[in-house]
Amino acid sequence: MKKKTSVTVRQFVSNSIVHVFLSVLGLVWVLPIFFVILTSFRKEGGTYKSYILPRGYTLDNYKNLFSQTNSLTFSRWFTNTLIVAIFTCLLSAFFVLSVSYAMSRLRFKLRKKYMRIAMILGMFPGFMSMIAVYYILKGLGFLEAGPLKLVALVMVYSGGAGLGFYIAKGFFDTIPKTIDEAAFIDGATKWDVFCKITIPLSKPIIAITLLTSFMGPWIDYIFAKVILGQDRKYYTIAIGLWSMLEKEFIEYYYTQFFAGCVLISIPIAIIFLITQRFYVEGVSGAVKG
Amino acid sequence: MAYKKQNKSQINTPIYDVGFKTAFGKGNKITKLSFVIFGLGNLLHKQILRGLLMLSLEIAYFYYMISFGFSSIKNFITLGSSVQEEVFNETKQIYEYVKGDNSMLCLLYGVITAILTVGIILLLETSVKSAYDTQKRLELSKQIPAFRDDLDSLLENNLHKTLLFMPVIGILCFTIVPLVFMILIAFTSYDKNHQPPGNLFDWVGFDNFVAMFSKGSTLANTFWPVLGWTVIWAISATFTCYILGMLLAMLINRKGTRLKAFWRFLFVTSVAVPQFVSLLTMRTIFNANGPFNAILRNIGILGSTESIPFFTDPTLAKITIIIINIWIGVPFTMLTTTGILQNIPKDLYEAAKVDGANAFVTFFKITLPYMLFVTTPTLITTFVGNINNFNVIYLLSGGGPQSLEFYYAGKTDLLVTWLYKLTITNKDYNIGSIIGIIVFVILATLSLLTYRHSGSYKDEEAFQ
Repeated sequence: MKKKTSVTVRQFVSNSIVHVFLSVLGLVWVLPIFFVILTSFRKEGGTYKSYILPRGYTLDNYKNLFSQTNSLTFSRWFTNTLIVAIFTCLLSAFFVLSVSYAMSRLRFKLRKKYMRIAMILGMFPGFMSMIAVYYILKGLGFLEAGPLKLVALVMVYSGGAGLGFYIAKGFFDTIPKTIDEAAFIDGATKWDVFCKITIPLSKPIIAITLLTSFMGPWIDYIFAKVILGQDRKYYTIAIGLWSMLEKEFIEYYYTQFFAGCVLISIPIAIIFLITQRFYVEGVSGAVKG
Repeated sequence: MAYKKQNKSQINTPIYDVGFKTAFGKGNKITKLSFVIFGLGNLLHKQILRGLLMLSLEIAYFYYMISFGFSSIKNFITLGSSVQEEVFNETKQIYEYVKGDNSMLCLLYGVITAILTVGIILLLETSVKSAYDTQKRLELSKQIPAFRDDLDSLLENNLHKTLLFMPVIGILCFTIVPLVFMILIAFTSYDKNHQPPGNLFDWVGFDNFVAMFSKGSTLANTFWPVLGWTVIWAISATFTCYILGMLLAMLINRKGTRLKAFWRFLFVTSVAVPQFVSLLTMRTIFNANGPFNAILRNIGILGSTESIPFFTDPTLAKITIIIINIWIGVPFTMLTTTGILQNIPKDLYEAAKVDGANAFVTFFKITLPYMLFVTTPTLITTFVGNINNFNVIYLLSGGGPQSLEFYYAGKTDLLVTWLYKLTITNKDYNIGSIIGIIVFVILATLSLLTYRHSGSYKDEEAFQ
């Protein structure tokens, strides 16, 4: 009897330690997020303060973001990014799904070779080719006007999409081949099978392909910076927010920067929380074979 | 109906799917002539459209070559000879610029012409093979596919061509051509002193590589420390996040832990925030006057003007970056490993318990080996991702603190951020290109060593 109580006491102690430890860790992980949210409501302008909690709260930071008098136009950046993101996600989802289906279901001579080349190309640092891309776009005349730059951005984001077929291919691989065969016996062509059987069965993977490629333009910094250059009006969100922290702007835009961060983070966080299940499956699923 | 469809799909499969050599060697005169006049074999045997298509592509190619291609190849070899000059115009009494060659464009057009030429060689093979196929069909008096059948086959046996056409064009334009171009630049003198159109650059062979690796040069003195830090960074970033994330997941998975979903959610929120937001936030938090130093001042650990140089002291900057990366990476590992951890057979742990193993031993003898076995491919991808981890370094420290001994690199610069600085800021394209090639070599060796051993590579069809 005595021994039993000592075991429960020990368990209680270790459980308490674990919970305290987790709370401390949780605090470390959540505090920066609170800092962002608090600063976004801070009334006092300027940059760094000698205290942490704001002295006053206001919604002006959010309002100012959308006022047109600013030289930095947040709402403009938002629309730019949204447009680029929509076209990018449609185009690259189309590319990814076509390539994945071809790699998963069709057997042709260059298949293995294509997969190997895709793997090799994936190993070069992504933006090593950026300079050349920049000059190709310039040569084609895409960098002359702002709106064309956004078109160029869409092309750059979705151009390489055909190389990222691994997750979708893995998904197609798991759809039983017998379904396809049944359709072939009924006289369906491979195209019919792709459109009428595989695609309807792959809604989750289509959703994740769409969402991941939709998120790309919101997060990318490098390509947008190189292609858009100094054309502030056509900035996307990521470089726009970054430019708020530049020396000439930081004094005035510091709190607005955080307001912008909060606004951007909310939709992206929601998308992430929806799709996280697939990320996990993608990681653990890749090794099942 | 079903039978008919089946039959139709057979029409297009080449009955003699032979290589180019046999097709050319065994083919009759017409087939051999198809080597010169594309599509001849098809044109003469009622496959008019197919033949015309090939022929017109050939004509288009030669038109391109004569009007533009040959001169672009010549320019590709010389990389331009006439420099842009200022010439005095007597009649107008002003200086005028005379347009010279642009080495950069010469190189680019050269690459494009080369790729088109590869395309035409492939077309040539297709032409001969297709002619041979038609020839054989005639000899065996089998049905010759009409153009309609060709089109139909694009949705059937040749569906891969339809599906891959657009993506491959995209990859060609935005990945392959730029990549070949950048690799070639490693062998030229395209740096900030040779900027077209004002100046021309030229082929220099392996000079850049020699400069990069020769002892004592500034470049070599920059390269080795940067490479060293890149490797240290990649190893520590990968393993700290991996081990700590796993421990966190185990802590939450523990039998006694309450509110599991709540803890998970707490940590996952930080992953859900876009990376550039959390990185820029971290940068302000650890700024010399940022909130973290402010707290320390308020508590009284630091004097009112003192600050900890999180990003300005070289060693401290490296440590700060790795720690911030733990903040960013650990929840992600936790998220991905939770499921796998739950799959570890329970009896293993029970057996260990019976044998009197403590928590420490169980972790290193059971959990870690099991996890390593399952997640090695992911670990490799993460490692590769960390070597190329531009965002964390660039957005946190910007590679700083700057160092005078280094060639335009800071103390925390990775190879990739150095590459970025060299090309975007300093326009030393040739050196940047070499770094890209080196990164590629490192990654390629790594991946080849590991992917080849992974089950998913060997056993691709296991699922189907």
